[in-house]
Amino acid sequence: MENSSNKASTMNVRRLSVPLTIAIFLLAWQAAVLIFRLPAFILPTPIQVADRFVRALSDGSLLRHTAATLAEILSGLTAGILFAAVLGYFLSRSTLLENILQPFLVASQAVPTVAIAPLFVIWFGPGIFSKILICALIVFFPVLVNIIVGLRAVPANLRDLMRSMQADRWQTLRLLELPTALPVLLGGLRIGATLSVIGAVVGELVGANRGLGFLINVGRGQYDTALVFVGVFTLVALALSLYGIVLFLEKHLLRWQEE
Amino acid sequence: MPSNSSIRLNHISMTYDDQNGYLPVLEDIHTAIHPQEFLCVLGPSGCGKTTLLRVLAGLDKATGGNAIFPGKDSPHVGLVFQESNLMPWRTVLDNILLPLEIIGVDAQEARRQALDLVDLVGLQDFTEVWPASLSGGMAQRVAIARALIQDPDLLLLDEPFRSLDALTREQMGAELLRVWRARRKTVVMVTHSISEALLLADRVLVLTQRPARICLDLIVDLPRPRISDTRYSAHFQVLAKRLRAAIS
Ligand SMILES: Nc1ncnc2c1ncn2[C@@H]1O[C@H](COP(=O)(O)OP(=O)(O)O)[C@@H](O)[C@H]1O
Ligand SMILES: [Mg+2]
Repeated sequence: MENSSNKASTMNVRRLSVPLTIAIFLLAWQAAVLIFRLPAFILPTPIQVADRFVRALSDGSLLRHTAATLAEILSGLTAGILFAAVLGYFLSRSTLLENILQPFLVASQAVPTVAIAPLFVIWFGPGIFSKILICALIVFFPVLVNIIVGLRAVPANLRDLMRSMQADRWQTLRLLELPTALPVLLGGLRIGATLSVIGAVVGELVGANRGLGFLINVGRGQYDTALVFVGVFTLVALALSLYGIVLFLEKHLLRWQEE
Repeated sequence: MPSNSSIRLNHISMTYDDQNGYLPVLEDIHTAIHPQEFLCVLGPSGCGKTTLLRVLAGLDKATGGNAIFPGKDSPHVGLVFQESNLMPWRTVLDNILLPLEIIGVDAQEARRQALDLVDLVGLQDFTEVWPASLSGGMAQRVAIARALIQDPDLLLLDEPFRSLDALTREQMGAELLRVWRARRKTVVMVTHSISEALLLADRVLVLTQRPARICLDLIVDLPRPRISDTRYSAHFQVLAKRLRAAIS
């Protein structure tokens, strides 16, 4: 009895702790602005940010820019994952190919994508395409590494089993290799999803005519700091949602791992 | 004795060739496996028993000789390993269905056959369970059902009960006999246990140290059904003595 009521109260604390922390944070923020008499272009109050948020929402600009960034992220994620999956499949099968490509892959990991984002904008223009490329590149490496690790983890006995059942290559991939690699692959996706938000925004900050990074730049240029905050918070929400979607996928697709 | 419907092992030899050089493992394995025969293979560790099963399963190609299946170029074999080797992301029923999914059998028909096997091996209450929650013995039942579902020409078992405790092991032996009788399969089973071999098999092959040759081909003429008391019979003791002598 005591135990269960204890449990219930911890549950309640947990459920309340997040909104409570946010409320305290907002209050402290509002108080700081009032106490130190900070001008709005240095630090707007939460109320001013909320007001700006409503305005950006009602004139349609926030949705438009969010949609642009989301499109870049999703296209980049998809392209990066597909490319990494195909290359990873062949790399996991051929040590020769892996030995040849290994140094390039390691080198490409060492290049800070953020630093070469300007190059992509120079080469491919300020439109959506350069951002998709940046996202794809930033997602590519973690997913590639995880795919190779995942595919290599296929137990030899299960391979033999598939062979004894005369499974063809496609069946082996679909029924054995992909399911084996799935947990590690989703782990890569979880990292990749967060990284791709960074990729898209960096690209937009360097040069773009829409997207949340662009919106932040506009806010900065016009000393509309509240708008900068709106942009940042929207990005946080976007990253959290993507992360949540991957977590949901993991929970759903890896049901068999729960015990 | 070898009839047209026997599986003939025709002077099979096998030499592994890797970076450590040549390793002769099987040498002139020559015998016939009769239809519906239960054959046990005994031999010291590392002598080549698994290799022999791999050759029979078509997973490795013999470097000399071959296995000839009556009237078939690519026979169906059912494989059961020491570990159950189930796919952890498939439920028990879906694991059993895997071979039929690969062949492309109609889903409803496949399900009917799988449920028959589920009954046969006593897994009725476990069809929708993940393999992770099965005991070792239960998992091997699933593996046996999976090996049987494509109605194989030959059922190959490689020390299938090795990781089970003694009691479960004995139970599983009896279950396997029941399944073998119900499905009338030809079985080759590798085991380490002399008494297991004598309780299950029609015939026992004893292999020598590597490279393995057949050093004893023993017909087990103990009456069936064999019960656990069979092992106290005088004839059982005689056969056991002969096997033990051949192994050492
Ligand atoms: N793929 C392989 N390459 C090289 N040597 C192997 C390979 N597989 C097994 N061997 C060797 O062949 C011998 C027989 O192995 P195995 O058939 O597994 O023995 P058993 O099953 O009787 O214990 C062992 O010495 C083992 O190390
Ligand atoms: Mg072995």
